[in-house]
Amino acid sequence: MIEHVDLSQVNWARAQFALTAMYHWIFVPLTLGLSVLLAFFHSIYVKTGNEEWKRLTKFWMTLFAINFAIGIATGIILEFQFGTNWSNYSWMVGDIFGAPLAAEGIFAFFLEATFFAVMFFGWNRVSKGFHLFSTWMVAIGSNLSALWILVANGWMQYPIGMQFNPDSARFEMQNFWEILFSPVAISKFTHATSSSFQMASLFVVGISSWYLLKGRHQLMAKRSIVVASVLGILASGYVAFTGDEAAYSVANKQPMKLAAMEGLYDGEKGASIAAMGIVNNAKEPGDKQDAFLFDVKIPGLLSLLANREFGSFVPGINDLVFGNKEQGIVGADERIAKGKMAIEHLTVYKEAQKHGYAVQAEQALNEFNKYKDDIGYGYLNKPADIVPPVATTFYAFHIMVILGTIFPLVFLLFLIFIKKGTLHSHRWLLNLGLACLPLGYIATEAGWVVAEVGRQPWAIQGLLPVSVANTNLTTGTVQTSFFMFFALFTVLLIAEIKIMLTQIKNGPEEN
Amino acid sequence: MIGQLDLSTLQHIWWIITSLVGSLFLFLTFVQGGQTLLLTLAKGDDEKSLVVNSLGTKWEITFTTLVLFGGALFAAFPKFYATSFGGAYWVWMLILFTFIIQAVSYEFRKKPNNFLGTTVYDVFLFINGSVGILLIGTAIGTFFTGSAFVLNEFNQVTWQTPLRGLEAAFNFFNLSMGLFFVFLARTLGAMYFVNNIDHDRLTEKSRRSAWVNFLVSLPFLLYVLISLLVMKGFAINPETGEVFMQKGKYLMNLFGCPVTLILLLIGLILVIYGVAVTYVQRKDHGIWFSGVGTVFTGLAIFFLAAFNNTPFYPSTADLQSSLSIANASSSHYTLTAMTYIALAIPFVLGYIVYVWKLMNIKKLSLADVTSDDKAY
Repeated sequence: MIEHVDLSQVNWARAQFALTAMYHWIFVPLTLGLSVLLAFFHSIYVKTGNEEWKRLTKFWMTLFAINFAIGIATGIILEFQFGTNWSNYSWMVGDIFGAPLAAEGIFAFFLEATFFAVMFFGWNRVSKGFHLFSTWMVAIGSNLSALWILVANGWMQYPIGMQFNPDSARFEMQNFWEILFSPVAISKFTHATSSSFQMASLFVVGISSWYLLKGRHQLMAKRSIVVASVLGILASGYVAFTGDEAAYSVANKQPMKLAAMEGLYDGEKGASIAAMGIVNNAKEPGDKQDAFLFDVKIPGLLSLLANREFGSFVPGINDLVFGNKEQGIVGADERIAKGKMAIEHLTVYKEAQKHGYAVQAEQALNEFNKYKDDIGYGYLNKPADIVPPVATTFYAFHIMVILGTIFPLVFLLFLIFIKKGTLHSHRWLLNLGLACLPLGYIATEAGWVVAEVGRQPWAIQGLLPVSVANTNLTTGTVQTSFFMFFALFTVLLIAEIKIMLTQIKNGPEEN
Repeated sequence: MIGQLDLSTLQHIWWIITSLVGSLFLFLTFVQGGQTLLLTLAKGDDEKSLVVNSLGTKWEITFTTLVLFGGALFAAFPKFYATSFGGAYWVWMLILFTFIIQAVSYEFRKKPNNFLGTTVYDVFLFINGSVGILLIGTAIGTFFTGSAFVLNEFNQVTWQTPLRGLEAAFNFFNLSMGLFFVFLARTLGAMYFVNNIDHDRLTEKSRRSAWVNFLVSLPFLLYVLISLLVMKGFAINPETGEVFMQKGKYLMNLFGCPVTLILLLIGLILVIYGVAVTYVQRKDHGIWFSGVGTVFTGLAIFFLAAFNNTPFYPSTADLQSSLSIANASSSHYTLTAMTYIALAIPFVLGYIVYVWKLMNIKKLSLADVTSDDKAY
């Protein structure tokens, strides 16, 4: 099907997707979380009628709008990039993948776009009640848009509710509800939104801490901290719960990703979790080297996390690459062989169809059906191709988990000292709150690195490797567009940060 | 009831829905047209500020409609999405670029310490309104003039020119389509200002601008219309599915599908009437006639390209690779599921219209802009 796969072209296309997605994700979590905080702030204002709360709401709204604009700018490219750089993917799964994107447009984007203008400009134009309603609609709209895109992403990680159609040579939808309510989609949505609430809370706490350190806008800062810390703690609980759910579904649906997250090469019963470690980069699947240069393990915990059972078996990278008869795991070599059979029979089938040889076509189709589940493996060259970059996945996962564990403690400390009325005298905590702001961004980006790097080489888990999903472009073309985006987004990011910092420095009354 | 519809009906429904979204987008490009007027029509800070803030509550609707247009094409006609976006790579990339720079410009242009300066953001808005719309117009032009691509048996696209889509802008028909859309957008933008801004001098200038831009758009419109009537078109043999060139194809489509003809005639009359109402009768509601007229005209263009056994994305390099609503669509199941989702569209349109009325109930005055600390 693809005779000459230009790996450097694929890698540039991947780099471009990573670049645009990571830039976009700088702005999305803040939009998701801050929209909810704005709804809280605005509700308190309407309930109390206190002008201070209005000032506070308007201040955070200004920062929200700056962030929102660049979020839109970086977002449009992601929708169209599926077509421009991944056209074969778009054709092969467009029947399934397109629907959530269209639903996102219809159900969510218009809510955001329509009510954003009311929220922002409605102070003197619409009634107080309708204005508040609009602020809530922006929060609901943003989070609904996250639902649909994560349903789409969840489906790529765990493709269900569809079947391969040999006549059109594409995957076709069989069950919309199975796709919408896929356990992976649900855990992705809940984890991404709750961690975004957490990140936005860190943003508000961080900036408010800076004001307290400077001795400015103390009342506004403290009020903001209270609301944000409460949301932050609640969100952190959800983050932990949904993170556990996400890990459980990864263990079941994408065992290779889990193995890479933990740097686990040889599967074992009662597998331990690496609390931290330094990955041995020279390690290859199947060799005798240690996976880590240094590590601290917690026994039994990985089995618990993966299977909810202490003594259970967790497969490692070697089990999945080379197979493990004892545990009934089929190795990648066998699956590659089957995949190649599937491709071969599909080609024979299409050829026979073209010439009208009905009997031959039926035979080929029967043979194809025997092997079709492994069709994606047929495009790989060697068993070790199914291993994602272990070090990147491992580090990203551990950074995310460690930071995610620290954040709720920080929120808790803020609440305790604000209740005691001594927050301003604990400068170390205010400094910590400020430091957590960039750390929140790092944690949430790391989460996506785990999700996306950890599923390599697949665009769609087990069915379509990235090397087959791309568009027939030259490396130079993709390189050129990569650098165009890199330059443009960087310029816009610099502008955004400068504007944002100036607004923060000026504070609420100068806006 | 939706569950019982056959594939061909669903394909037609989805072409109609997609066309409606595309045509609404054409109307909403009054935002882009208005942006190009920012540099030429509005003089001084007051007028500029009125223009930007008048468009500032609407640009996201236009943007979102474009995004939905893309999403609907992806979901309903994935083969088109894959072929055109992957194939005509550079034309789409440039269009996207012009929308990326638009999205930040309203919010950033007047903010202190904004790195690039107000003028650069205003130029961004101009580029979006001119280059962006021109390229979208030329891309729509290729629905009639074709593109040079070949699809293999696995439907993978190979584009035959190194310019990857930009070559469309060197075809006079496509270029005329693009320029017509640019000047139509400017006409609509000027009429929107007349409707929305409370400023005598600016309103007066806008009336004249609507008239002048409409006159400038006419030769391009006439060239497109006459070409459509006389040019060879791409046709599908309904028996064999074979694609071939046919003389007067689009003329035949007009009469073979009277709805298209009626939409085109009423649409153009409404556009002209709206301009006349604005300029000759000095009324403020001309935008609504021309707006509805633009939607009708857009529908006619999209229907003309796809109905009556016509491939809407024809290939000049390999006629049989041409895409039609029959061979480019999603499966029966997906189109059915999406049709249920589309039942929400009237509801969405409803709240957009409601909010629009609520926000535009009073014209925007200088006092509004100076007193609003959130103004752009």
